[in-house]
Amino acid sequence: MPAQTFTVNGEQVTVDAPDDLPLLWVLRDLLGIRGPKYGCGIDVCKACTSHLDGEAVNPCAVPVSEAAGREVTTIEGLADGEKLHPVQEAWLEQDVAQCGYCQPGQIMAAVALLKRTKNPTDEEIDAIANVCRCGTYFRIREAIKSAADRMS
Amino acid sequence: MEPEPSAESSAEPSAVAENAGVGRRKLLAYLVAAPTLTVAVRVGADAWAPEAAAATPQATAEGAAPAALPDLLPDLGDVLILAAAPTSHLLTLELDEDGTARFGLPRAEVGQGLTTAVAMLIADELDLPLDKVRVRLDDARPELLFNQLTGSSNSIRALHRPVRAAAAAARARLVATAARQWGVDAADLTTRDGAVHASDGRTLGYGALAKSAAAPRTTEAPDVTLKAAGDQQVVGRPTNRIDARAIVTGRKEYALDLDVPGAKPAMVRRPPTVNGTVAQVHNAADVRAMPGVLDVVEIPTGVAVVAETFGQALAGKEALRVDWGAGTVDELSHDDIKAELRKAAPDFLPPLLVQHIDAEYDFAPVSHAPLETNSAVADVRDDRATVWTAAQSPIAARAAVAKAIGLPASRVDFHVVQAGGSFGRRLFFDAAVEAAQVSKAAGRPVRLMWSRVDDMRHGRMRPPTHHKLRVTHTRDKPLSLQHRVASVETDTGHGIGDALTAGLTELPAGNETFAQTMFRLSMRSPYDLGATAQTLTELPLKLHTGSWRSVYSGTARAAEEMFLDEVAEKLGADPVEFRRARLKNEAQRKVLDTAAADWGRELPEGVAQGVGFHEEYKSRVAFLVELDARDPKAPRVTRAVIAVDVGRAVNPRGVEAQMLGGLTDGIATALRAGLHFDKGLPLEGSYSQFHYARQKDSPQDVTVHVVESDAEPGGVGELGVPAAVAAIGNAYARATGTRARSFPILFDVDFEPFPR
Repeated sequence: MPAQTFTVNGEQVTVDAPDDLPLLWVLRDLLGIRGPKYGCGIDVCKACTSHLDGEAVNPCAVPVSEAAGREVTTIEGLADGEKLHPVQEAWLEQDVAQCGYCQPGQIMAAVALLKRTKNPTDEEIDAIANVCRCGTYFRIREAIKSAADRMS
Repeated sequence: MEPEPSAESSAEPSAVAENAGVGRRKLLAYLVAAPTLTVAVRVGADAWAPEAAAATPQATAEGAAPAALPDLLPDLGDVLILAAAPTSHLLTLELDEDGTARFGLPRAEVGQGLTTAVAMLIADELDLPLDKVRVRLDDARPELLFNQLTGSSNSIRALHRPVRAAAAAARARLVATAARQWGVDAADLTTRDGAVHASDGRTLGYGALAKSAAAPRTTEAPDVTLKAAGDQQVVGRPTNRIDARAIVTGRKEYALDLDVPGAKPAMVRRPPTVNGTVAQVHNAADVRAMPGVLDVVEIPTGVAVVAETFGQALAGKEALRVDWGAGTVDELSHDDIKAELRKAAPDFLPPLLVQHIDAEYDFAPVSHAPLETNSAVADVRDDRATVWTAAQSPIAARAAVAKAIGLPASRVDFHVVQAGGSFGRRLFFDAAVEAAQVSKAAGRPVRLMWSRVDDMRHGRMRPPTHHKLRVTHTRDKPLSLQHRVASVETDTGHGIGDALTAGLTELPAGNETFAQTMFRLSMRSPYDLGATAQTLTELPLKLHTGSWRSVYSGTARAAEEMFLDEVAEKLGADPVEFRRARLKNEAQRKVLDTAAADWGRELPEGVAQGVGFHEEYKSRVAFLVELDARDPKAPRVTRAVIAVDVGRAVNPRGVEAQMLGGLTDGIATALRAGLHFDKGLPLEGSYSQFHYARQKDSPQDVTVHVVESDAEPGGVGELGVPAAVAAIGNAYARATGTRARSFPILFDVDFEPFPR
């Protein structure tokens, strides 16, 4: 079985896994990194949203071989030790989460958006397609705006 | 207010008196023999006496079902609370030497915020900082009988008083212990921030008192008084979730995030139709030889593949070639079900000499679709088993697991894990049963997960319904309302039926079925519309149904609220005024007036307002929405104003969150989210096909008013949906000039279904 080497949350890892095994299962089942959640497996619910070289991707639809030599960031790698990322702080301030299952993905999608644009418009926020089955969308929107303020 | 602990327990039954404006109630508390302070509570049956004001007799009209039930019984939640009464005393609060309080919650946390609200109740009554309170979900505890079922929005209603009583008794004991150590009068001591304070400045932290306050033997606790509403510091204050930090850092653990040594991923290949059976597996050996695959085992519901990773289990299950036996509804499709339901709802006879307005509505089935798919971890050995899963009815679940693997229930440890959403789905425990079956067959612990496609197609759904409504009226006044609901049977095989039986043994239940009983307990018209009769006819089709954020109200009350707009229009009345004139009390009118404060404001052509009202679980809510339907194929709710009165709101911020959830559920189920049943299986298999609302469907302007009240806390979780659906349906009719009769409104099969 091929050895897959890439960086996760700042640490280089090597795992034996077939090239086509989705990155999500390498993270969750082989590396025990369980912040990214399964919700659909076909890149439509976006619950597993994480970053590959700083851009939002959905590891359920990324073969592990595509991560080779690259930098994967999951929700676990977002905070700086105990110091939360401003988007996480904004999520706490707005008390966004209900069941919480989609929120790691929502946060990672918001961080990626704020990387692309400092002051996202409502239309840009609308374009985040991550499903929240508890229906926390309004608080997510408010939290993204609050995070944009914190980061400016 | 300070507690007034007596020095010695009296010979009379001890009690905690409550002074919250709702009368005194007996709340027995016990000091339990334990290494550190431990208090247990029980609640006398009089705590559940229904409030007389809520017992409004309902008149019957032409064609009404026998008025068997219990008008003295306000609703379904009351019956479940009553069923829970005899065992409430088993709730315990423990105080550790590090000054933290620990409480075992015999309920599920599924996102509704219950753990936070319960922690707040404890923190407040105990004068302990919130972050020193730990609330854990209890394992299945069969001795709790009916007090471990999460449903009917009844958890806070059932638990707030015993939880507060336990905390108050613990505080009194800590004060008495400090008074004894210091040799002073307990009445001169105060408590705050997790410590007892004397007037001379001496303090003792609760942690330091925990051991000396422990009871050497179990005794009744002295009488204490609960805080008055005005003295509560934590309850009533908008408070963030206690687990928010764990969630935003990815540390929150759901069932499949737990580290159970040796537990391997498992997925199940399922039949092409609902309830189909395994006839023959052709290539088990080939699949066993696939990369990462550890085992292939048959279970009654399908063929399971156990592997090193879920990706490999999924690949293995997809590679299986299986012959399947027939399911229970193989020939059935969407249009047949619709037609049968329409036929099942009895037609109205033409009334004599009275004018009438008739209308029909129907609702498609809706997947619960919690984001965490059905899942469980199981470790089954020869003589015992351990299960971890999200469960709203863990006692029934544990019994079902035990039966499925041939062990006595006493040999099964059943751990309840927080759920990644539920909406009623976790009342069912099929994943736990399957995980145990796979673990037993494979001879190893497994982490079993349903794929999303299976979760939508073989999971549970809100049963489809058809509604026939009639109002008879004079020139400008309704004389009667009749509502005939036909529904595919709602599966209640998860213990709620047993709880109802237990609750109803002391009540005049008559000979109604569980379904009829639940229907009558949950359906009430909040209006004076003359004689009102609501009836249910169930169609016994063997689909996988289940209650979906209410049992019947989500569709039935939504239909009534939309029909009311039609009636108002026909009688030349404004929909808000029409409602206002017929609501029964000031509390109801207050939420309607608050939500509809700018009813009628000017909006562009094609954009319109709609209102909906609902009252249940001793709570009431009104929704006003504005819907932009300038493109009728892409309607969007642009604004919502929600006013809600849940009595005393333990956590207003949590109440707001639940109303937001109700709003989003309303948007989804009114506009685009439903299942098409096609030859024995839903076509929809993922969120790209089952169109649950996303950010682009959600309004950018939402206001939630939580009305202040000192009334008994009512239920919250399920309250919002009927009013939200109705407000959206009503806004759509006003915006487009077309009244939608079939929901969701936009319901094309706009996708290529996944293979079966």
